[in-house]
Amino acid sequence: MYAFDYQRPAALADAAALLKADPEAKILAGGQTLLPTLKQRLAQPTALVDLARLPGLSAIEKTAEGVAIGALVKHAAVATSDVVRAAIPALADLAGLIGDPAVRNRGTLGGSLANDDPTADYPAAVLALNATVVTDRRSIGAGDYFQGLFTTALEEGEIITRVDFPQVERAGYAKFRNPASRYAMAGVFVAKTADAVRVAVTGAGQSGVFLWEEAGDILASDFSPAALARLELDPADLMSDLHGSAEYRAQLVKAMAKRAVAKALA
Amino acid sequence: MPEIANTAAKVAVAMTVNGRLVSAELDPRTLLVQFLREKLLLTGTHVGCDTSQCGACVVHVDGAAVKSCTMLAIQADGMSVTTIEGLAGASGLHPMQEAFREHHGLQCGFCTPGMIMTALDMVARLGPDLDEATIRENLDGNLCRCTGYHNIVKAIGAGAAAMGAGAKVAAE
Ligand SMILES: Cc1cc2nc3c(=O)[nH]c(=O)nc-3n(C[C@H](O)[C@H](O)[C@H](O)COP(=O)(O)OP(=O)(O)OC[C@H]3O[C@@H](n4cnc5c(N)ncnc54)[C@H](O)[C@@H]3O)c2cc1C
Ligand code: FES
Ligand code: FES
Repeated sequence: MYAFDYQRPAALADAAALLKADPEAKILAGGQTLLPTLKQRLAQPTALVDLARLPGLSAIEKTAEGVAIGALVKHAAVATSDVVRAAIPALADLAGLIGDPAVRNRGTLGGSLANDDPTADYPAAVLALNATVVTDRRSIGAGDYFQGLFTTALEEGEIITRVDFPQVERAGYAKFRNPASRYAMAGVFVAKTADAVRVAVTGAGQSGVFLWEEAGDILASDFSPAALARLELDPADLMSDLHGSAEYRAQLVKAMAKRAVAKALA
Repeated sequence: MPEIANTAAKVAVAMTVNGRLVSAELDPRTLLVQFLREKLLLTGTHVGCDTSQCGACVVHVDGAAVKSCTMLAIQADGMSVTTIEGLAGASGLHPMQEAFREHHGLQCGFCTPGMIMTALDMVARLGPDLDEATIRENLDGNLCRCTGYHNIVKAIGAGAAAMGAGAKVAAE
């Protein structure tokens, strides 16, 4: 690691001020992505602004629409939360599939969304549920938030404070993990509301998480795994790497979509 | 990690390690595992990779298993850390350590401290009755290059059961 200064502000406004004063400073949350990056000297921030002691970013709350989860809430807390399990069980399932137990004990919701890894799990839930990412400056709808590989609507120094997840009729998440990295090779989150179905795919797209609209349309009239049988996903926009070809991933996505629907119906 | 010129201001860190209060002035980039091994000379916690994937470095911070190679020492400021050295009591090895010995849960032993700390986290979260599938799933973050895992899984099941039995005796 290159040298950096360390700051641990006690108020959100102080954190924002530190980031504004030094554009080369970086936010530190759980460190499960940032610290491995720094260890490999792939980044050289002047300072780390540790959010850990900021008040109000660590709560899970039932809201009128669903559940609000603070940016600093750890994956393990979401996986074991009674509130999340009652409102959106698929979201608790998803959190329990991230990485391994030690990663889940440190990694946070905000960190995962800010990083926006194309193989990360949370982006699929946020996009399928059409959740709202709330920052220290504004609220960003899921449709506007994700903008490509490791690219989001976040501006320089903008801090995610929480995510508002609306409750839906049914939801399910299925993931085919890369056995070495534990990230998704294909992860599909399906969310059914009264009038529509949203199917979000992570791990497979060349430009990150995306909505598989044809699948959503078919499921809106027939919400069953069998309904997806006649559908093919075009591999043109899917990733091809040493773990699998785009054609293979297209099949994986379809298989995961069927499983996700089955889980939503269970 | 090689030492390189350091311009950053030092930070003051204080934490409890295996029941003992320790404090130091550190370069902010000091990892928890470096602090444990190089400053406190607690070398039971190992470093097996550069990518946060092997789990040889697992310790408990405020009761939760974490990878001490993927946490700064300053992030543990004010917290309570338990390492493999903190497990054995006056009466000898911890039941989980004893189970690893009994069931040949190690060969070279490099991964063992992390395995045992992860096993104890499993018992704390899921209780002492652990079936094989649960143990294997929860060992996702711990790699062993020697054993093929079979005896590790056996050892954890037996160690957990022994802890359950011990807790029952203590309660009676
Ligand atoms: C071995 C291993 C396996 C993993 N497997 C998976 C997996 O299967 N699926 C998966 O989804 N993830 C996986 N991860 C990543 C993990 O989920 C991380 O926790 C997550 O990507 C980042 O969260 P963090 O809190 O650790 O963020 P950090 O590492 O602290 O920060 C990540 C980035 O986000 C920024 N940031 C952090 N918080 C905020 C905020 N509130 N507002 C704005 N910016 C912020 C930081 O500046 C940094 O750029 C894995 C990680 C490891 C080490
Ligand atoms: S040394 Fe920490 S995970 Fe490998
Ligand atoms: S016993 Fe050698 S690495 Fe596990």
